[in-house]
Amino acid sequence: MTATTLLALAALAVGTFVMKAVGPVLTTGRSLPPAVARACALLPAALLAALVVTQTFERNGGLALDARSVGLTVAAAAVWLRAPFAVVVLLAAAATALVRVAGWG
Amino acid sequence: MRTPDRTNLAPTRTWVDAAAVAAAVSAYGLSYGVLATAAGLSPAWATLSSVLVLAGGSQFAFVAVLAAGGSPWTGAAGGLLLNLRYVAFGLSIAQVLPHQRLPRRLADAYVVVDESVALALGTAARGAPSAAVARRFRAVGVAVTGSWIGATALGAYGGQLVADPQTFGLDAAFPAGFLALLAPWLRSPAGRRAAISGGLLALALVPVTPAGVPLLIAGLGAFAGWRHEGPDVLPSPTHQDEDQVPGAQGRP
Repeated sequence: MTATTLLALAALAVGTFVMKAVGPVLTTGRSLPPAVARACALLPAALLAALVVTQTFERNGGLALDARSVGLTVAAAAVWLRAPFAVVVLLAAAATALVRVAGWG
Repeated sequence: MRTPDRTNLAPTRTWVDAAAVAAAVSAYGLSYGVLATAAGLSPAWATLSSVLVLAGGSQFAFVAVLAAGGSPWTGAAGGLLLNLRYVAFGLSIAQVLPHQRLPRRLADAYVVVDESVALALGTAARGAPSAAVARRFRAVGVAVTGSWIGATALGAYGGQLVADPQTFGLDAAFPAGFLALLAPWLRSPAGRRAAISGGLLALALVPVTPAGVPLLIAGLGAFAGWRHEGPDVLPSPTHQDEDQVPGAQGRP
């Protein structure tokens, strides 16, 4: 754990609080233009999907198909069945570990 | 299933909902504590990160980048982009809370999370007085804060027992977690468009750009959903049905 890590964590903390505080501190009865509010509401969907993709298929700066993709498939099935968060994560990890035990990825 | 007589705003109902949210958030916080320490944060810093940031999705994004060996600044930038929605959430909740002094408003800002805003706006939409809305917002906010921090600590100190993250498939736990977080957006057409665009952009950019860049550019995928008009377009979790278990996704 380096000083850079802690500085970046501090930046995340401060930036997050500032964004949360804009509404409660500055305004009484103002709101974002609808278009901006929409973009803000949709941003997590695009970013979370990108995180799913990069965390599953990225390896050493390129794309790779390995045991993680099996874990993701299992996770997708669990999400489809509306399993709780911890169950989704545990099943994905277990499936990936099993595939590795079997000698792939 | 909203029926007119369900303007039941009794404090007990609020605390029952807060407890349900706390249970869901705890499971999520436990996972975060384990993964944050596996990614290299000390248990103390992992716990402190939950106190300081209190925004689960962005914390997961931050430690996922660390675990992948990327720059912490990329992780922080990705997390901040994820949290941009709290500007909109904070503005929404400020409109329905009673006017109050600055220290109180700062405290309210701290507990602006998906669940607290969603449940409070739900009651406000059914015509509850602003004092009742504020009580609900703060009760859920406190429940999320306590359970998120406590569960992170448990996972962080307990998770140290895990030796090599790869052996237990913990690297696959990250994308699985992000997929679970993504689920509420996938239930609306605009959310699906944004998600598919973001995912494809990232996939295309991974081989040709440095680590972290695909994530930041993928945010542009939001505009694919943005242009889609329709009655059910707003995919934010603030529109979740109150009759479902609140915070079933356990997402602070």
